[in-house]
Formats: sequence, structure tokens, C-alpha cells
Amino acid sequence: MIYLKLALEFFKIGLFALGGGPATIPFLSELSGKYGWYTQQELTNMIAVSESTPGPIGLNMATYVGYSTAGILGGIVATMSLVLPSIIIITIIAKFLASFSDNKIVKAVFYGVRPAVAAMIGTAVIGIVRTSIFMAGDGSFTVHIPLLILFAVIFALLQIKKLKKIHPFFWFVAAAAVGIIFKL
Amino acid sequence: MKLLWQLFITFARIGVLTFGGGLTMLPMLKYELVEKHKWITEEELLNYYSVGQCTPGIIAVNTATFVGYKKKGVFGGIVATLGMVMPSLIIILLVASVLSAFIDNAYVGHALSGIRAAACALMVNTVVTLVRKNVVDIFCIVVFLVALAISLLLDVPSVAIVFVAGILGVVVSVIKRRRAAK
Repeated sequence: MIYLKLALEFFKIGLFALGGGPATIPFLSELSGKYGWYTQQELTNMIAVSESTPGPIGLNMATYVGYSTAGILGGIVATMSLVLPSIIIITIIAKFLASFSDNKIVKAVFYGVRPAVAAMIGTAVIGIVRTSIFMAGDGSFTVHIPLLILFAVIFALLQIKKLKKIHPFFWFVAAAAVGIIFKL
Repeated sequence: MKLLWQLFITFARIGVLTFGGGLTMLPMLKYELVEKHKWITEEELLNYYSVGQCTPGIIAVNTATFVGYKKKGVFGGIVATLGMVMPSLIIILLVASVLSAFIDNAYVGHALSGIRAAACALMVNTVVTLVRKNVVDIFCIVVFLVALAISLLLDVPSVAIVFVAGILGVVVSVIKRRRAAK
């Protein structure tokens, strides 16, 4: 029963993804390994689309992953399951804890969780970069030099303060154009 | 009933007009919730926002649940959240079904290769920003490096790493406070 599996997995992500949208990436990447619902490459496509369409990235990715796994109903199931823990947890907090974020224990937990989450997102991103730029179609190691150059150029441009505020969509359009022109 | 509808529509509009989520939507929330509807004060918004950031889940959704709950109880929280979710569902399902029809086209393939390289650059950039913001002292550096090594080399579920890191955070905070008290 794929819908039940989707519901359970996304409920779990909603329960444990601390740090918003990007924090769901390691979980989504784990799912791809666990069930083979989609490849890392497909996941990268989904992340790119989610970043360049309206709506919070986390919700967009859940909808997309659910859709690509089990169609329209899959998208709805995944997204609803992702937000269910939020609704429950926030309602409880809103009821009982007026100053939750000032709570000493909460602060202490997050003091440890934040760097760990940064590391896990880092690992997921390393995996995605490896499959997108350093892997041939059959899974063996290779270096796509044109893609590596494009990656490096965009990363370098992102370090320029004035360019930081440019919407991701712009980068994707530019990169798509480069991809078509140079047949990447 | 009118208020519920307003909650739904307002958060749906915020969803449509937000790209990215997280911090990028703060100005939008402020405009809609504080200035236009006067549902909450700016201070309340920042409180909700910081709670939304340190509870699990999508920050935008957590904020929507919070505001909805405050205005109209449990049901209000659910309606506001559904409003927030609706645009993503509709837009992504449309884009995904269109895209999957063209995925075998050679030009689409080339375009996607380029887009993936750009997505990688943006993601690496996000990680760099996250590390700069959250890895602030020796304890954080140790947690970061150990978590990175474990998640790269071993097959440990993310949930377990988050859990242990949270416990370590509490332990180290307690030790620090004891030391400061002496």
C-alpha cells in the first residue's frame, strides 16, 4: 500500500525535520535509497522545481515527491502527512507554552541540534552533487567538466553580495539556457 | 465563518506570493497579518516565527497554524494551514505533470542538466550559510564534524543523529551553566 507508506514516511519527516524546508532534504534523500521511489538525479530536479515555483520549498518538495511516487493522490497524501505533525505540535504549544522559544531546555536542545542538522543537510547535498556532476549514466565515477564549471561559476557568483538576493528562478533559467546552448 | 474564510484566503495568498519559504516570507507575513488584517502584533509574529523555527516541520506551516489557532482555535489553525498548503499542491501538481510529459525531450534533458548544476550550487551555498550561522563555538564544531562523519560514512538514520545531538546540547548547556555559576 504505497499511500500508507508515503503517509507514514512524510509524517515522520514532519515530526523530525527541525529547521524548515532544507531540513527535509536529508530525509528525502534517505527515502530514495530506502524505497527506490526516485533517483538522486530526479530528486535534484524536484528540488530545483520546488525552489523556483511559489510556495514554501518544503511543501513543494513533499507534493512533488509524493506525485512522482504515486500520482496526484500521492502528492496530496505526502503533503498532508507532512503538515499533520506541525498542526498537532503547534496547537499544543500554543495552548500551554507562551514562551516556548525562550525556554531554557528548548534552547539547549537546539544548541546541539542545529550544527547536526547543518551536517546532515551537508551530507545530503554532497550526495546530490556527486550524482549530478560526478556520476556517469551507469553509476560509475566520472567528471562532467562542463557541469562542474557551470556549478563553480554560479557558486562563485553567489558569493557576490549584490547577486545574493537574485531569485533562484533566475539562476535556473540562465542555467537551462546554458544547458541547451552547450548541449550539456 | 467569515474569519475562517479570510484565514484560508490570506494564507493561500501568502503561499502563492512566497518563493523559497523560511526567512524570505517574513516581510509578506508582516504585511498581511500585522499591517493589513491586524490579527497579531509585530512582536507576536516574531515570537511565532521563532517558535516555528525551533519546532519540527515547515516554518511557514508552523506560523500559519499558530496564527490560525490564535484567531479561531484548533479549527482556525487547521484552516490557515490548509490555506498555506493549497497553492503548493495545485502549482506543483500542474508543473510536475507538464514536466513529466516532456522529460524525454532532448532539449528538456539539456536544460535539466544545467538546472541541476545550478541547484547544486545554490544548495552548497545554503549549507555554507547554515554552517556560518549555526556552528558558532567549539562544541558546535565538534557536533558538526562528528555528525558529518557519521552521516557520510555510516548508515545511521537522520532521526537518531538529531535525537543524540539534542541530548548533547542539553548536557553541554547544563555543564556550561554549572561552570558559570562557580
